[in-house]
Amino acid sequence: MNLILYFIRKLTETEVWKSVFRHGYTDTSRNRALQTISNVWLHLHPVKVPKHAVKIRFTWCLGGLTFFIFLFLTVTGVLLMFYYVPDVNRAYADMIDLMYVVPLGRLLRTSHRWAGHAMVITVCFHMLRVFLTGSYKAPRQFNWVLGVLLLVLTFLLSFTGYLLPWDQLGYWAIMVGTNMGAATPVMGYQGPFAELLGVKINNDIRFALLGGTQIDAPSLLRAYVWHCIGIPIIAGALMILHFWRVRKDGGISGPL
Amino acid sequence: MSNHAEAQIANNKKTEKVFSWPNLVAKEFIAAILVTVVLLVYSYYVDAPLRELANPGEPENPAKAPWYFLGLQEILVYFDPWIAGVVVPSIIIMGLMAIPYIDVNPKGNGGYCFWDRRFAVTVFLFGFIFWYLLIIVGTYMRGPFWAFFWPWETWSFDFPTPPPLISLPNWLGIFALLIYFGFGMLVPAVAFWKFAKQLGFIRYNITMGLFLLMMGVLVKIALRLMFNIKYILQTPWFNI
Repeated sequence: MNLILYFIRKLTETEVWKSVFRHGYTDTSRNRALQTISNVWLHLHPVKVPKHAVKIRFTWCLGGLTFFIFLFLTVTGVLLMFYYVPDVNRAYADMIDLMYVVPLGRLLRTSHRWAGHAMVITVCFHMLRVFLTGSYKAPRQFNWVLGVLLLVLTFLLSFTGYLLPWDQLGYWAIMVGTNMGAATPVMGYQGPFAELLGVKINNDIRFALLGGTQIDAPSLLRAYVWHCIGIPIIAGALMILHFWRVRKDGGISGPL
Repeated sequence: MSNHAEAQIANNKKTEKVFSWPNLVAKEFIAAILVTVVLLVYSYYVDAPLRELANPGEPENPAKAPWYFLGLQEILVYFDPWIAGVVVPSIIIMGLMAIPYIDVNPKGNGGYCFWDRRFAVTVFLFGFIFWYLLIIVGTYMRGPFWAFFWPWETWSFDFPTPPPLISLPNWLGIFALLIYFGFGMLVPAVAFWKFAKQLGFIRYNITMGLFLLMMGVLVKIALRLMFNIKYILQTPWFNI
């Protein structure tokens, strides 16, 4: 045991170690501050936070967990992209491969799916928490608006992922969803006032979503690109704004 | 001690701060680990759904949207698709975004409180719960052809034919809408004059408009369930 401790001490005293990890665990105020501000991942946090803010019962960790699950989904999603091809002739077979052939593929796909549902739940309850603590009030009004946009994007992320397995569940769910799009007033071919703009089945908003008049290969590709690239980039940009504004609008809310 | 000193001490206590490292970071770390473990363990034991290969020739019955949209799909029973699928979600999104700008009550900023903002909290909780109740109905109580089944009933194709629906004559429908929105706007303005004055003309109208629209969904559901009303207003272009 002493030998192990001796080696650890020797290791953490080497130049290589010290060049990577600048600050140890010395329990001084200065060192605690440095731990936060000199770490690119942790400098999202202020050096000090109000005491009430670290109580679980204030935030229930919901916003942070939503972001963490987003990261979890990014990692599992990228791994899934190594195996999955968004081609109607292959997609379903790739799902079966993931379930039965790819090592840990079943766990990868299943946890990605459940994490998607979990993110929808945590983001909804994060909104409820922010409402109940009145945290949208001045000066944080605009950050609430950003939050609503992120909520919508979370729904859309999950929704676009729904089609990708190319199974009956996803296919008909997307059918239900995009048929509602066809009923959009003015811009959907079945909606009221569609004739105002001369909107028909082959040039309306549903057509733009599906890349055709029915759910087919272009729809799968569109769902894939939106799911893996388009919406994550938009959501990522809004997240940067959202987190930035938390800090700039006076930090986490608290009793005035 | 003077009042000023007491206030100073109280203020210091309120804004008492702790270092993020380790007080906050440690909790975040534990929360992240717990969620990862729960997700992986759950995923190990419960497979994600995967049905047969997509087949455009063989519709699922019932075909259901993802669960978080089932509230909207559920109100398709009571409204035409352009309302249920487009107008309602759009108004919900815009209404949510409007909240910070129409709620001018400065109380309850930064802490849980009910009494000082009972109207705001009650309305929001009502909407939140309404949304999830519709999702529960849509998920567990709608079977083939979107027919209603209690959770303990087995889904079957042998369900009673729903009663025929009737629509209100247009004069009555217009009258009902005028009464609903007219009185809905005017009565609270008189009864809760202070509240209306605090909000100002524009905020009051947006707030009550959103509120009446939300309650209108409930009213339409009640009209359908109790009196088999299909439409309140029919025009050559759209029906409500």
